Amino acid sequence: MTTPVIELRGATKRFPATGSGTHTAVRDLTLTVAPGEFVAVVGPTGCGKSTTLSLVSGLEAASSGDVLVRGEPVRRIPSGVGYMFQSDAVLPWRSVLDNVAAGPRYRGVGKREARSRAHAWVERVGLGGFAGYYPHQLSGGMRKRVALAQTLVNEPEILLMDEPFSALDVQTRALMQDELLRLWAGTGAAVVFVTHDLEEAIALADTVVVMTASPATVKATFPVPLERPRDVEEVRLTPEFLEIYREVWDSLRTEVAKAREEASRVG
Amino acid sequence: MSADTLSTVDARPVEDGSALVRRRRRRRALVWAVRVAAVIVWLVSWQLAATYWIDPFYYSKPTAIAGRLVDWFTKGTAFGSIWTQIGVTLEEAVAGFVIGALAGVVLGIVLGRSRFLADVAAPFIKAANAVPRIVLASLFIIWFGLGMSSKIATAMVLVFFAVFFNAFQGAREVDRNLVDNARILGASRFALLRSIVVPSATSWIFASLHSAFGFALIGAVVGEFTGADKGLGLLINNAQGTFDAAGIYAGMIITTVLALAAEWLISTAEKRLLRWRPPSAGADAQI
Repeated sequence: MTTPVIELRGATKRFPATGSGTHTAVRDLTLTVAPGEFVAVVGPTGCGKSTTLSLVSGLEAASSGDVLVRGEPVRRIPSGVGYMFQSDAVLPWRSVLDNVAAGPRYRGVGKREARSRAHAWVERVGLGGFAGYYPHQLSGGMRKRVALAQTLVNEPEILLMDEPFSALDVQTRALMQDELLRLWAGTGAAVVFVTHDLEEAIALADTVVVMTASPATVKATFPVPLERPRDVEEVRLTPEFLEIYREVWDSLRTEVAKAREEASRVG
Repeated sequence: MSADTLSTVDARPVEDGSALVRRRRRRRALVWAVRVAAVIVWLVSWQLAATYWIDPFYYSKPTAIAGRLVDWFTKGTAFGSIWTQIGVTLEEAVAGFVIGALAGVVLGIVLGRSRFLADVAAPFIKAANAVPRIVLASLFIIWFGLGMSSKIATAMVLVFFAVFFNAFQGAREVDRNLVDNARILGASRFALLRSIVVPSATSWIFASLHSAFGFALIGAVVGEFTGADKGLGLLINNAQGTFDAAGIYAGMIITTVLALAAEWLISTAEKRLLRWRPPSAGADAQI
């Protein structure tokens, strides 16, 4: 087996809680991701899935345990990492093209070269006619496409995605999922895709990781032996899909119930 | 692709284009008619009252004020050409405005981005803000003399605080998501400041610049009040000394016109710089 591109060993993250004491978001988390692997992380809402991504991205440091990217401990933002956030993070004061060109510009690429790379990606995500538009002139789905192009133009080896499509309507979401698979297929990047939608997780991933209710840790890992290329809408209807769904849901269900209980106790 | 359609700027189904335009135009004409009527009623009643009832020595009257303005612009004032006075006041106000706004923006953004410096500076800034700053005009006369620099200093101090607090707030309220995203995309600390913090603070800063030029004019005029050899403040002060109510009004009117012209310039600059912003719903009803 090749060296994993991402490796978490007993990683724990505690935040100072409101009032006194600490809140443990992630506890003793162990997870490996191979190069080019698409891993979906599912768990009850608010269990600490996003924290896992912040640890890998270097935006947050682990309180204890090890976080390794390409075998190196993460101390700052590792090179070759792309991160798509749950909410819109495109710059409202820049046009689509300049938004996509931001990454290369930050990394010291010349203006003209950055724009031509950006242009190619704007075309690739299907926004060719909208390069000069400002984000507020676009629909939610189109803004997601901008964010996707903005991330992919840097050619990341590791793509972290935090419920990127959760704010979209059902049809647009399916469309974006297909688009993501299409664009990812050529890159060879490893993906960690956080979601609370089990269907989405199975339709996209090679491996589904189920997290426990808060504080989050890995409960079980399931391989998804569905063939690629996949059509997200079609694959949902196959018997193999349903079988995997049932299996994973059995594991996830108890955690969701626990999280609900917790929420009703707190709220 | 059908779900990904352009969101139209004005989504209201238009009943009939031309009818809507006509109705809007008629409404605008009505608004203007009422405005003009209000001004006429006000001026005529003032004129009549000052002629038959109240003492124009104290309250002056529109014709006297208009006469004074014509006088100033055709024959000049007691201190030389009116254009010199306007030029001096404007120069003081603009210089104070530019220096104060720059200082306010720079310091506001620096403190807004550095928690430590902000914590250190907080009590001093609160104290400085509590000082009745207009009084500083007297101090600046002692420091800098009767020339322009004392007025520029007064205007600058007034502008600085107006801009500083907004720049500070603007730099603080930068969307965390945008910052994280830029960091992941590879932005250095400086690039982050230039491409994320400054643009997102710009709308806050512009909001303060509107009132800030008014403050700059106040600073210049009050500075001239306190002691000067030229400027609109001197004219007004002189009119006060000679019980010339018409002169005070005339000075006020010129100052007001200057402030309105500056406001127009700032709004134009704002529209250019912030054209990425979605058109706000209340844009029509702005005061």
